[in-house]
Amino acid sequence: MPIKFKRLVLKKGLDIPIKGKAAPVVLKRVVPDVVAIKPTDFKGLVPRLLVREGDKVLAGSPVMADKLHPEILITSPVSGTVRQIVRGEKRKLLAVLVKADAKQEYVDFGIPDIVKEGQARDILLKSGLWASLVQRPYGVMASLDAQPKIIYISTFNTAPLAPDNEFALDGRLEDLQSGILALTCFAPVEEGITGDDSLFAKLGSVFQHRVSGPHPAGNPGVQISHFNPIQKGETVWTVSPMLVAAIGHLVNTGKLDLMRRVAVTGPDATKLGYVECLPGTPVADIAHVLPDVRVIGGDVLSGENLGAEGYLGFFQDQLTLIREGREREWFGWAKPIRPKVFSSSMCYFSWLTPKKEYEMDTNVHGGPRAFVETKCFEDVTPMDIFPIYLIKACMAGDIEKMEQYGIYEVLPEDLALCDYVDPSKNEIQAAIQKGIDLMIKEMA
Amino acid sequence: MADTPKPGLFEKGGKLYWLHSSIDAFDTFLRVPGTVTAKGAHVRDGIDLKRVMIIVVVALIPAALFGMYNVGVQTSTLYGLDWGFFHKFFYGLLRMLPLFVVSYVVGLGIEFASAQIRGEEVNEGYLVTGFLIPLIVPVDVPLWMLALATAFSVIFVKEVFGGTGMNIWNPALVARAFLFFSYPSSMSGSGVWVSKTWAGLGGVDAISAATPLAIAHDGGFDAATGAVGQYSFMDLFWGFIPGSTGETCVVAILLGAILLVWTGVASWKIMVSSIAGGLLVGWLGQLAGATALPCYYQIVMGGFLFGSVFMATDPVTAAQTETGKWIYGFLIGALAVVVRLWNPGYMEGMMLAILLMNTFAPLIDHCVVSSHMSRRARKAAKA
Repeated sequence: MPIKFKRLVLKKGLDIPIKGKAAPVVLKRVVPDVVAIKPTDFKGLVPRLLVREGDKVLAGSPVMADKLHPEILITSPVSGTVRQIVRGEKRKLLAVLVKADAKQEYVDFGIPDIVKEGQARDILLKSGLWASLVQRPYGVMASLDAQPKIIYISTFNTAPLAPDNEFALDGRLEDLQSGILALTCFAPVEEGITGDDSLFAKLGSVFQHRVSGPHPAGNPGVQISHFNPIQKGETVWTVSPMLVAAIGHLVNTGKLDLMRRVAVTGPDATKLGYVECLPGTPVADIAHVLPDVRVIGGDVLSGENLGAEGYLGFFQDQLTLIREGREREWFGWAKPIRPKVFSSSMCYFSWLTPKKEYEMDTNVHGGPRAFVETKCFEDVTPMDIFPIYLIKACMAGDIEKMEQYGIYEVLPEDLALCDYVDPSKNEIQAAIQKGIDLMIKEMA
Repeated sequence: MADTPKPGLFEKGGKLYWLHSSIDAFDTFLRVPGTVTAKGAHVRDGIDLKRVMIIVVVALIPAALFGMYNVGVQTSTLYGLDWGFFHKFFYGLLRMLPLFVVSYVVGLGIEFASAQIRGEEVNEGYLVTGFLIPLIVPVDVPLWMLALATAFSVIFVKEVFGGTGMNIWNPALVARAFLFFSYPSSMSGSGVWVSKTWAGLGGVDAISAATPLAIAHDGGFDAATGAVGQYSFMDLFWGFIPGSTGETCVVAILLGAILLVWTGVASWKIMVSSIAGGLLVGWLGQLAGATALPCYYQIVMGGFLFGSVFMATDPVTAAQTETGKWIYGFLIGALAVVVRLWNPGYMEGMMLAILLMNTFAPLIDHCVVSSHMSRRARKAAKA
């Protein structure tokens, strides 16, 4: 039963009307030939390889470990044979490719008695699901010695075309509940819910908040900053609902199963809907990619450009396909009306068609300039911070100012809309990430 | 023209690569750049600075058109000429055209040159500045003076700080201030505000027409307007009075204000608070006996409204925090009227009030942000 809840209605923010929402149908279930395990999915991980080409692995076998904390393992989502170790510049480890067996075999971790001290922690570490815990500040992998004040789960995603968790996790209530119980071994668990008839409202042992509003209301960072702001020296862990279900499945069955429903979205997706697959599945197996289309793992604001040859990331439950916008429109900026271009500002006439969905592309619609208009940032940032001051402190690398202006509370995704609305086309998420990286380096 | 830059010639390593800033400027003026997002958000809003700037220029057009017509009206009235509507308008248009040409040629020339030197894209901020400058100077100002003032303000107020977005003071206002302090005889008094016609009339110097503020300067506000003055409230409101070209007509300025507020390009908070500041000080002046004029006259006289709508709201030089905008605007309005009422030397306080508050805008923001931060810290300490 829910314990009690707070209600939060956010006004600031923006829902970008992009075309291509996934229909609530499962299009197919992908049995991949090859999956990739990418250390780059895990922020803060310094990977040490544990396998060689030709090694046999089961679903749940360790593939790499953290150099600094060897207990933290990254495991294979499938059973099969290590086919290739992919390295980039300076021999940086990019991915481990595993050729999947026809019949899947799982490592049996045993069903833990999570009430017992340390059992939940052990099974998360062994199974590789420790990596699903994201630690704030900075959005890195949870550290072993941190004592988080809470674990926060945002149960809904407001990002453009984001998957509907009610559909994606339909029928997994039991796993979710077990996952939450396992997480309560570490810290009190809180969740943000939108809508009273949500699947997640049925969960117990969790402090439930009600949140509504435009994007980024669904971001855990925004919700935490209102309910339980992170002060200097404090940590909070966040887990995505999809991975809470995986944790629940693990403690219920003793097996690692990362199968998930991935939303295939975007104006240039040939088929809109959900595909059941594992992380590391090749993009081409999940969706048909047309030429000159960008495949984004995640949403259009903070997702990762995977490339048509890429693989789904560990945390990703969405693919967005949009056209590369290289066409050049004559007098675009001077035309009174540009029916194909959406602008959230009142400088165009998009406000006349509030219901319209746009076939957006990746064009920047302008060139980089110094900051001129800055109120637009505040209008899309429903947090108690001054975005422009934080952004400038990050650009300047001023640690003290970054702290004052709230660097502990944000991740780049929380200011992703600033990237979108800025008429001066600054790279704001990159600036925030640069600030966070500096904080990690200096505060270590 | 549109398909430049040709590969090789203007691209890196090409013979004319050093010209690429200028070529890019023309190229992106004609067509939206074809660049795609490389990092950060994969899609971007349709808005860019060119659009923002063009909205401001459109907002200035009613004031500019009325101003041109009014140039004709003032000249024909003063010299007793029987001109029709179009004659008046085209007279004003032809008088104003050289000012626009000089302002844009000089200013954009410097902008292009400095963009070339820095190797950056040409910034579109001057689209607005170049349009503002002719609207806030006397119509008969010698063109060489205008060129000098424009060059001074673009170089020393904008480019040395790093271009649009980095400047501390509003460049158009500094150009005006430069003229005012360097060539006061061409910028104030009663002889400069009405254009003399080209043929024959130029020599008739005895004929003059003073702006309401100039009359107030010499003979007090009562001589200028109000119950017994030379100009009625409605004269000031409709704007058929001598003055800088853009500033006289309240209706035209309000049309521009509506567009700016509706599109969100300019802050309504600054406009409202500066008018509130002006009214309050005007009213206090009435109480203190500095003037008998009702306070709302202050708003429609001189450059007050034009300044608070188009100049104070410049997002680069104004306060950036929302609370800061209230304070900043209020102080501009208040200071402008303080100067009018209690400074015997110089009546038009708006220009100096805005420049002064431009200087203090970062300080206001600093105070707003610091007080917010300490409030946050206190809240955190309690929790």
